[in-house]
Amino acid sequence: MWTTFLDALLLQAGYNAALVAIGAALLGIAAGTSGTFLFLRKRALVSDAIAHATLPGIGLAFILMVALGGDGRDLAGLMLGSALTAAAGLLLVEWTARETRLSEDAAIGAVLSVFFGFGIVLLTFIQTMSSGRQAGLDGLLLGSTAGMLFQDGIIIAIGGALSVVAVYVLRRPMTLVGFDAEFAEAAGVNVRHVDLAIMGLVLGVTVIGLKIVGLILIVAMLIIPAVAARFWTERTEFVVLGAGLIGGASGYIGAALSASAPALPTGPIIVLVCALLFGLSLLFAPIRGVLASVVRHRRFQIRVHRRQGLLALVHGEAIHDRMTLAVLRRDGLIRADGVATDSGRALAAKALLDERRWEIVRELHFADGVKASLDGLTPIEEVLTRDELAEIDKRLGPPVVVGG
Amino acid sequence: MGSEFVQLSLTPILIGVLASIACALPGNFLILRRQALIGDAISHVVLPGIVVAFLITGTVASLPMMLGAAGAAIIAVILIEAIKRLGRIEPGAAMGVVFTSMFAGGVLLLEQSDTSSVHLDVEHALMGNLESLIWFAADDWSSLVDPVALASLPPELPRIAVVCAMVGILTYLFWRPLKISTFDEGFARSMGIPTTLISIGLVIAAAVAAVAAFDAVGSIIVIAMFICPPAAARLMTNQLEAQLIWSVVFAVLSAVLGYVFAGYGPLWFGSENAVSAAGMIATVSGIILGLACLFGPQRRRIGEAAGV
Repeated sequence: MWTTFLDALLLQAGYNAALVAIGAALLGIAAGTSGTFLFLRKRALVSDAIAHATLPGIGLAFILMVALGGDGRDLAGLMLGSALTAAAGLLLVEWTARETRLSEDAAIGAVLSVFFGFGIVLLTFIQTMSSGRQAGLDGLLLGSTAGMLFQDGIIIAIGGALSVVAVYVLRRPMTLVGFDAEFAEAAGVNVRHVDLAIMGLVLGVTVIGLKIVGLILIVAMLIIPAVAARFWTERTEFVVLGAGLIGGASGYIGAALSASAPALPTGPIIVLVCALLFGLSLLFAPIRGVLASVVRHRRFQIRVHRRQGLLALVHGEAIHDRMTLAVLRRDGLIRADGVATDSGRALAAKALLDERRWEIVRELHFADGVKASLDGLTPIEEVLTRDELAEIDKRLGPPVVVGG
Repeated sequence: MGSEFVQLSLTPILIGVLASIACALPGNFLILRRQALIGDAISHVVLPGIVVAFLITGTVASLPMMLGAAGAAIIAVILIEAIKRLGRIEPGAAMGVVFTSMFAGGVLLLEQSDTSSVHLDVEHALMGNLESLIWFAADDWSSLVDPVALASLPPELPRIAVVCAMVGILTYLFWRPLKISTFDEGFARSMGIPTTLISIGLVIAAAVAAVAAFDAVGSIIVIAMFICPPAAARLMTNQLEAQLIWSVVFAVLSAVLGYVFAGYGPLWFGSENAVSAAGMIATVSGIILGLACLFGPQRRRIGEAAGV
């Protein structure tokens, strides 16, 4: 399996597999980047309504194509039909949320379930049709690349590339609107048009993704990369880039994995690779990741315990807290029996001095509001200049013997 | 309208109606709390739960499946909360991440495992098999009082009936705290109502209803019934009591009309085969909602002039 996986990764596993991998990668990039703008507009789940609303379009296009004498499996025709009903669904969501008292999430749920339900009705109707080859339609629910035709691959690749280009061209207004719609409006950007463009992109990606990921799971490709990328950076343009990267990588790796063993359906595998990348981001991203915040919290805890322990030493109070004792012992500030060492006494005196200094600083700066940096844990030398310290020390008066 | 109706249509219609009511009741509160898409999320994550339960027990028995589905729903809720808090991600996106990933996992498990011998596949999960829940033993209406025939009712019927009754009783019992905490959470808390508990309880009740309905009618009805009848009812009235009644009426109407259209509609157009009842029920509920959006007396937000 591993050699086939490597072959697939290096595009050596056959013509069709290579086509699928490239198409999936382009689709992933397009979905990740355009999904980011949806995510920034806090409308991630609108994509769910759009995706489910493609189903009746697929059914209608199939019926129409069969009625016109075709076999109904022409991917371009199915895509066109699905785009039309998806657009209708999107407009209905917007209309309902705007014109009635229902909130957008209710409108999304209503449109997705009703359109999907009607699509199912059409599918069951199609199953009873004598003409046409309906076998391929189920594959559009969950994606199936097994028997993908060369021309389908070309359509997907071109569509994916076009969406990437569209994101690149529209990146500035979309970033502006995604980041701060009111500011964008004031800066002369037509927010409604940009919103429509974002939705149009999402719609395009959904339709392109029908064949590879399927309409139920394409939502994952639009949402997960953006949320994952959000963990790595605070800057919009990097979120977009990261989401494109994560989406592209999951598409490529997922397609390769799926080609390397039987019974690994492409759509779910791509989504699971994407979910894995999300999990890694959630855990290991610097600053916003879980691990980083655990470490940060732990460090803060140690600093608090160390300071409180030192102050207790200086005041000659007994220390009972286990963690405080452990921290002080680890740093060689107390002996095993709890008596302060020389360095412990020195640092304790320093801690008391700093504590007094902080008190004065807080008094002096009380009027301009206590800053976050005045929490008393940051070494005072890092916050104040030497001159300021000397000024404060003058107010403290002469040193006295402590901790006798 | 005699024996054939009792045998073929009575139980599916009853199951459809009960499932619709069971979903529509909690749906009223979910819509008012802007949690309408929870039904959507639950019905997606139920799939991996059911598949795992099948893989462990090797059968399609109901109890393990229900437990698996409930377990998956709880895991999903925990994951969504965790992502929301840890990553400071907006709820919609957190939900999107979790339910799509879990659904993908479910599909993969299903494809990997050998389920060809049992009735378990993705399409069944989506569309349900309402049409197949027929009552073989029934002869005609008199079977309703015949204990032998009653014993062979499809097991889905008593199950969904129990869940529907339970949801109804819970709604009745917790009416006051539910209503107050839905409309003004701060006020409810100041009155000593445990709002967090109420909120979790509501989601759990919704999940139980969803799982039971899912078992019988598939996920598409579940999502539609959580949202469409309550949303349409919301456009009819400003009273929660009246809204609840409207939503039940709409749910029943959708289920009955949907089933009839699916079964008999194609005959009227000269086609011989029925279409999916689940899909048709969802479609009818959507049409009702559409009509309510256009003509409902309270369709506007308060403060906007009506009929503009």
